[in-house]
Amino acid sequence: MQPDRLLHLLREPAGAHRLGPGEWDLLLRQARSAGLLARLHRALAEAGCLEAVPAPVRRHLHAAMAVAQRLQDALRWELQCIRLALAGTGVSPVLLKGAAYVAADLPVARGRVFGDVDLLVPREAILGVEQALLAHGWAPMKLDAYDQRYYRRWMHEIPPLEHVRRQSVIDVHHGILPLTARHRPDPRLILAAARPLPAAPGFQVPAPVDLVLHCATHLLHEGETDRALRDLLDLDELLRHFGANEPGFWASLLPRAQALDLVRPLYYGLRSCRRLLGTPVPETVEAAVQAHAPASPVVLAMDWLAREGFRPRHRSCRGPLTALAHFLIYVRGHWLRMPLALLLPHLLRKAWPRRSPASPRAAPGRAP
Amino acid sequence: MKLSQLAFGEVRRRLAGPGLCLQTGPFTVRVRSAIPAVAAGLALLYAEHPVAADEAFCDFHVRLFRPMGPRRWFRPQVQFAFDDLVPFKPLPLDHALPMLEWGLNWSVANHAHWYLILHAAVIERGGRAAILPAPPGSGKSTLCAGLVARGWRLLSDELALVDPETGLVHALARPVSLKNTSVELIQSWAPEAVFGPCARDTVKGTVAHMRPPADSVARMGEPARPAWVVFPRYVPGAAARLSPHPRGHALLTFAGNAFNYGLLGSRGYDALAGLIEGCACFDFEYSRLDDALAVFAALADAA
Repeated sequence: MQPDRLLHLLREPAGAHRLGPGEWDLLLRQARSAGLLARLHRALAEAGCLEAVPAPVRRHLHAAMAVAQRLQDALRWELQCIRLALAGTGVSPVLLKGAAYVAADLPVARGRVFGDVDLLVPREAILGVEQALLAHGWAPMKLDAYDQRYYRRWMHEIPPLEHVRRQSVIDVHHGILPLTARHRPDPRLILAAARPLPAAPGFQVPAPVDLVLHCATHLLHEGETDRALRDLLDLDELLRHFGANEPGFWASLLPRAQALDLVRPLYYGLRSCRRLLGTPVPETVEAAVQAHAPASPVVLAMDWLAREGFRPRHRSCRGPLTALAHFLIYVRGHWLRMPLALLLPHLLRKAWPRRSPASPRAAPGRAP
Repeated sequence: MKLSQLAFGEVRRRLAGPGLCLQTGPFTVRVRSAIPAVAAGLALLYAEHPVAADEAFCDFHVRLFRPMGPRRWFRPQVQFAFDDLVPFKPLPLDHALPMLEWGLNWSVANHAHWYLILHAAVIERGGRAAILPAPPGSGKSTLCAGLVARGWRLLSDELALVDPETGLVHALARPVSLKNTSVELIQSWAPEAVFGPCARDTVKGTVAHMRPPADSVARMGEPARPAWVVFPRYVPGAAARLSPHPRGHALLTFAGNAFNYGLLGSRGYDALAGLIEGCACFDFEYSRLDDALAVFAALADAA
């Protein structure tokens, strides 16, 4: 296994001066596989270290930044389209994750790569929102009857909707965790505390503490490790930003986590950020959250999972136990999402080979 | 050092092990593959290309491999990987070379956004470049190969790399991909040209690659100033006819066929508008390469 140069350089961009061509080669591949090339560009630019990057490498960083900016433009446009589509419903959706970072113009959005738009609406409004989106060119993505049923019955969102022309995807949520999850954050609290956006009328964003708690929850409940490092960097930046700019942020974090039943995700989120990225957390907050720590063997096991799970998903970062760690993270993610009586039939169903798996890959040789 | 100066055993050893680093125009590509046909094909088609040092920074890391499972033995397949990413469905094993070429095109088109990347062939003479955009079936590659075999310099048969800063087009000088009857046509037009093996029944029919002329590879570091945009159209039996093509239409066509026009935003528009501004735009109907050669020679000789 080769060293994880990416996390290192993101923490200390000045290290760019000491890297040779072979090290840049590996670094670029790790950053690309983690979806963090543009984020690396930003870290180096903000530290004034971009000039230290050899020109053949730097052009790849610039290109990745151009893609990220284009995706951000596309997201803003998408929000306009969604606002028009929902104008008649009287619903003012709360933007989650990436869409919220962009709409609220938070620093964490810079150099971040965006995909789907995530919306949170009151559960009783979800049918009206779905109908309005269907009437404006979004259509349910191809799912079989089992997946449809699964989403509608157990999940915290309806099946994703894709725009027929633009291929943009919206996830409409009525909660931030599945109905079957161990933790049961009450979405009404998040909706009630959400703030309107002067820059994006028709939308709201969660209160800063809620943005942070959702980010930490996402990080620890996903079960997927593809974007784990990106999510960890998000959490680090949100904490740094709100910690410095939002009065009363640190004091309200733990009480809010308790109100939303998200203390454990907060504990692990803060711990991972501090250990891996050196995120500054006030001692009083740390001590208060520490009181909710699980037993120490569990903490040790989670530290190991975090070390493995937050590495870039590149071949060079794979150790002898990485595959096992990813599997355990996957199982844990599902374990937290639903009780065993639901989980086992679901995993069996998912493991059963289906006759016509929808392949996302293109046939080669068409226009590249 | 050129690839042809490397012993074939060493080519195979590098491909199967740490990878073979090839320089194609502005890109260094590290290719890995244990498939013997890939080694033989590369040694033949890229013989004139420089080999970069093992520890060099590489723009793209690509790999051709045989997927595991029953298809390892039963109707064997080949798969292309861009580093850890597998962007395509597998193909029959004897399509390994076309798959490498398509995969390299994909790698450039999806990552090299410091260029405006147009879907077009580019050839050069006297310092001026002709850009041939490519509706399928237009005979673009045939025309490109035909002219390249008679003194025009090959920049690319598939991707025009336009530098938005300078307006110059950069060369890839990679093998020219020919399809179906074009293969025999060019083989008889230029008997000295070196061809790789024919891959049959690909999505594009029979495909074979022509090795770029040594001079085109030796000069791949020289960008060229675009002077002509020519929309070729092969019409059986037709006499060669060059007619003006509306510039606004040419711009819209490129905007539609460029790989990253939208991504570059206003820089993309400025680069494209600048390119069209500096070029004479034509439609070109032809059926015989002799006629085409004469028409293009007249273009290049005109002041």
